[in-house]
Amino acid sequence: MSKDIRIKKGLDLKLVGEAEAKVDATSRSQVYSIKPSDFHKVTPKLVLKEGAEVKAGEVIFYSKNDEAVKFVSPVSGKISEIKRGEKRVILEINILADAQDTFVEHGKKNPKEMSAEQVKSHLLASGCWPFIKQRPYDVVATSTDTPKAIFISAYNSAPLSADVEVALKDKLTQFQAGVDALSKLTQGKVHLSVNGKVNSIFSSVSGVELHKVFGPHPSGNVGVQISKIDPINAGERVWIVAPQDVAIIGDLFLTGKFDATKVIALTGSEVTKPQYYTVRIGAQMKEIVSGKLASDNVRIISGDVFTGDKVSANGNLGYYSNTVTVIPEGNQYRMFGWLPFAGANKHSMQRTALSWLMPGKKYVADTNLNGEERALVVTGEMEKVMPLDIYPMQLLKACLANDIDKMESLGIYEVAPEDFALIDYTNTSKLEAQVIIREALDLMINEVG
Amino acid sequence: MKFLRDKIDQIKKPFGKGEKLEKFAPAVNALDTFLYVPNHTTKHGAHIRDAVDLKRTMITVVLALIPALIFGTWNAGYQSLSQIQEVVPFMDALVHGMWKVLPMIAVSYGVGLGIEFYFAIVRGHEVNEGYLVTGLLIPMIMPIDLPLWMLALSVIFAVIIGKEAFGGTGMNILNPALTARAFAFFAYPTYMSGDKVWVSDATTTDAISGETILGKLAAGQEAGYDTWSMFAGTIPGSISETSVLWILVGAAILVITGVGSWRIIVSGFLGAAFTAFLFELWGANPLMNFGMSHLLVGGLAFGIVFMATDPVSAAQTTRGKWIYGFLIGFFSILIRVFNPAYPEGVMMAILLLNVFAPTIDHYVVEGNVKRRKKRVAKQLKTA
Repeated sequence: MSKDIRIKKGLDLKLVGEAEAKVDATSRSQVYSIKPSDFHKVTPKLVLKEGAEVKAGEVIFYSKNDEAVKFVSPVSGKISEIKRGEKRVILEINILADAQDTFVEHGKKNPKEMSAEQVKSHLLASGCWPFIKQRPYDVVATSTDTPKAIFISAYNSAPLSADVEVALKDKLTQFQAGVDALSKLTQGKVHLSVNGKVNSIFSSVSGVELHKVFGPHPSGNVGVQISKIDPINAGERVWIVAPQDVAIIGDLFLTGKFDATKVIALTGSEVTKPQYYTVRIGAQMKEIVSGKLASDNVRIISGDVFTGDKVSANGNLGYYSNTVTVIPEGNQYRMFGWLPFAGANKHSMQRTALSWLMPGKKYVADTNLNGEERALVVTGEMEKVMPLDIYPMQLLKACLANDIDKMESLGIYEVAPEDFALIDYTNTSKLEAQVIIREALDLMINEVG
Repeated sequence: MKFLRDKIDQIKKPFGKGEKLEKFAPAVNALDTFLYVPNHTTKHGAHIRDAVDLKRTMITVVLALIPALIFGTWNAGYQSLSQIQEVVPFMDALVHGMWKVLPMIAVSYGVGLGIEFYFAIVRGHEVNEGYLVTGLLIPMIMPIDLPLWMLALSVIFAVIIGKEAFGGTGMNILNPALTARAFAFFAYPTYMSGDKVWVSDATTTDAISGETILGKLAAGQEAGYDTWSMFAGTIPGSISETSVLWILVGAAILVITGVGSWRIIVSGFLGAAFTAFLFELWGANPLMNFGMSHLLVGGLAFGIVFMATDPVSAAQTTRGKWIYGFLIGFFSILIRVFNPAYPEGVMMAILLLNVFAPTIDHYVVEGNVKRRKKRVAKQLKTA
């Protein structure tokens, strides 16, 4: 059964540097890293010490608040360093990789013959659980919850982001096994949404309700799809899993191993040949980008341009990232750049720039803020990129005021920071909407839970 | 160009972080950012940003005001000179107007920006661009013969009480420019109404009668001007409010660039037209009988296009904007007709609706909140 999702509000920003649908391998990194900050609100409790030998899939730490949730090593090797910050917060766990991986063996299993409890404890023990995230709040799912439904968005609509159809074209069997396992975890449905404009490879997946998605970004955001399919009310929980992570879960059941291999897109205007590569989770960025960049003054983003994290060349691929985007840094002054219609090479959603007259043009976007932060003045611009049934400016103001009642009634449960990424991009006052929403969600976790 | 940039960086050095003059940085930054868009880059969140910023938006509004300002300046000269000479050469009128208008603009910007810079330094935030528009609007809606010190006082009142008291740009409830006009109107009523203030030097030249059309109508007289004059704006009135033609050019700039809300402009004119139509049916006095010509005279067009669309003091929701605009049109005509002591209603109507805009938004947003609550209720029923 297929139910279409159509949205009108949003923005398809066309950027230079789209990845060619070709997958190559990258050379194996020497060091792999796991950053606890990738798992928002998780306080890590280490199981292994510096210098310990680990196998791929062996537990390194677990969550202090939900001890069943374990985090495992993506490769086998030796824990070379545990980087700590202020108050001894763990920033990074580095693993010096062996030349060949040895895996923790969990044994092949058929999810269809397992009970919900068995599937759950298998996922928890193997370290696959952190792939399951929860809405509201956009955090790792609580192991004791039962969600009302599970959502998988197999469509990345953000500019230059990895095309799931390319990344998973050889992994449909694994994906199907992953879906079979996940469907045990909910009484409700497993919803799978795909790009409506292509003939999707996921049409054949069984055990899901398939949705074809049409419309501009953020139509691929799972939060937008949830709101159109089955919106979240106060007190409800739904789970979301990214498609590549579904395949890793499936692979666990088929092979008995936690294989952290995924396909990422290396994209952006500063990449000489944008294309896809197979990498392991936590791989070093320099192995991914070295020799592939056109210039030096660049921003490397683990993720897409709207929601990714800034990393240095010595940094690592984020746990959930499927895209690495490299764009020019915009740390230059521009004379009279604020004049209306100045800078034809800069995109703007507003009609005070020339870009609305050139709808087909592809842009090289840099990281310049294009102005300074100001109080909120302009109205109506946020609504143009907010397909959710939400008043974004009113919600943001409620968040800034820490007004929990108002946040609840204006729909804080239905949003995640990524849903406000386009507001970050378009708003005239250069407001950091994603940061505001993240802080508000954290407040809700602490106050409401 | 690198030379200039280096020079500026050198000048700015003592204002940098941790340096001696750090607290005056907002003032220096305000000047620097007019030359250069700064080299600030994104830290987190979306790594790329739209090319628009508040400077660009505000300058667009200033550009939209320029046609009406130039015409108003010329008209100020024309109204004065045409009373004493038969033919008024274009340049004579313009120069005469400029002698009057430019000092007003200088005072408005000087006083207003001075206060803005002071607050920016004291509060430690950057100088907001909003005053670029406000500072130009204030002289444009004043009578031509208003003494400069009154203008300065109005500006001080508007910026401090109307804006900074609420927390600065973006937080104010009332439109600051209209606050200035309202202050002048209530503090110095004799300078803001009657038949002597609308034409420059009218008080010193005999035989000039410079009443506005609405003033005449309120006194029970005929308008005395044809429709084209009213549309083109060759009539007495506040400096830039008279020419509907050039105001509409500004409106076109605002609407095409998307800077001004076309919903407010359209619904404002609709509201005024609707109300004027109803009163024409009633037809009890010359003001009621004026009909659709109401749309052409007084500050109505200027108010709806440039004042009602101020995004901070207007309604913020899409549906709210329709209601807000319509009610401004409605109340403008209502006040004109029912309050002969003050025939110009648009200022009052906009200030009134500024106050009620949050209420309008509240009820619009409440619809969304109710929808959400209903969903929960339904969920509980089926569960």
